[in-house]
Amino acid sequence: MHGERKIRVLIAKPGLDSHDRGAKIVARALRDAGMEVIYTGLRQTPEQIVETALQEDVDVIGLSILSGAHNTLFPRIMELLKQKGLTDVLVVAGGIIPDEDVPELEKLGIKGFFGPGTPTDKIVQFIFENAPKRS
Amino acid sequence: MSEIEEIVQGVLAGDRRSIAKAITVIENNPEKAHRIIASIYPHTGKAHVIGITGPGGSGKSTLIEKIIREYRRRGKTVGVVAVDPTSPFTGGAFLGDRIRMQELSVDEGVFIRSMATRNYLGGIARATKDAVKVLDASGRDVVIVETVGAGQSEVEIIKVAQTIVVVFAPGLGDEIQAIKAGVMEIGDIFVVNKADRENVDKSVMDIRAMLQLSNKEQAWTPPVLKTIALTGDGVAKLIEKIEEHRRFLEREAGREKAREKAETELVEAIKEKVASLMIEELEKEGEFESYLQKILRREIDPMSAAEKILKKKLGGC
Repeated sequence: MHGERKIRVLIAKPGLDSHDRGAKIVARALRDAGMEVIYTGLRQTPEQIVETALQEDVDVIGLSILSGAHNTLFPRIMELLKQKGLTDVLVVAGGIIPDEDVPELEKLGIKGFFGPGTPTDKIVQFIFENAPKRS
Repeated sequence: MSEIEEIVQGVLAGDRRSIAKAITVIENNPEKAHRIIASIYPHTGKAHVIGITGPGGSGKSTLIEKIIREYRRRGKTVGVVAVDPTSPFTGGAFLGDRIRMQELSVDEGVFIRSMATRNYLGGIARATKDAVKVLDASGRDVVIVETVGAGQSEVEIIKVAQTIVVVFAPGLGDEIQAIKAGVMEIGDIFVVNKADRENVDKSVMDIRAMLQLSNKEQAWTPPVLKTIALTGDGVAKLIEKIEEHRRFLEREAGREKAREKAETELVEAIKEKVASLMIEELEKEGEFESYLQKILRREIDPMSAAEKILKKKLGGC
């Protein structure tokens, strides 16, 4: 029995809000679905998030933000990911992100938006279907 | 250049993305992992590998963060492998050790990787060892391995290290459990963290008493230190002791320990290769199944079956 490949997910909290109950609920759900979840803790800068994603060689990044700063922080994060060559990582977001902001963020490459109340198996399913297939 | 060759070159040049990819290969692909290890092995053996273990709640991660900062202050580069258990029920894992170290993520001189115990061929100890080798070959001066010292497999993981630091906190009541886990026997330095709490001196005394019971002939007497990880109190002294142990290993026990480790690794590797080759052949010929049936029918015991198999395969030994 050799190492089974697991989906590695980084759950990150960019910016200054300290509401992480949702992030932790999602983290637990992903773990229960057999994924390896790395949680950064609160108050992460875009640089910290991207560097963590690189070191941990994650397949997925889940950004959780409730402070409203997503329009500033997300573009910075996506830019850094491109710079570091992490272009095949699936990026999804949760928290408080108004619908009218979604199209711009989708253009940056963020593929899924899961606000409060999203059933966790929907998120799990989305990740299973959209995570990069690596050898 | 093949993908593996690129990764190896990157590791040896200290490129972080290559280091990360190399560790991923080690986690997922034993054959490719073997090729990476074979290429980087001549470049290993330079880093000082420090194992940090102890019961959950002792403040290990906070302490490690301070240790890293102190090494960085001294101009050393650091790699960290933080191991957490895979859930036996879901196969997933929550890897939260980084939380306490996150400020260090953007320090160029620090590389942190979280690993889950999974179900590795060769065991988690092998995968951890290989990840340590990658960090060693990439030029890190110090590699820290962190595990929760709760069970037998955690003891196996921590044996990867040259210097083993065991961290307790007062009042957790774990000294007794630690004996069961075999952690007391392999610790080189003992730390009572959260030393601003009550009972700290009692904890120190308990540990000293247990160490005296252990009766081993030792050229190195494990010291028992106090720290307050949150403030950094006692960390400089801890590093002094770690460095002292490193010099001790260089002078004396080091060569013997290295020899023991190499022997263990070689024996393990032989066992693994022989087993997998043998079983592969047997399965092809249908013999594995037929021996299994004989064992189930109580016609032969497993050890005798193995002897017969080997005699036939290796021709009379």
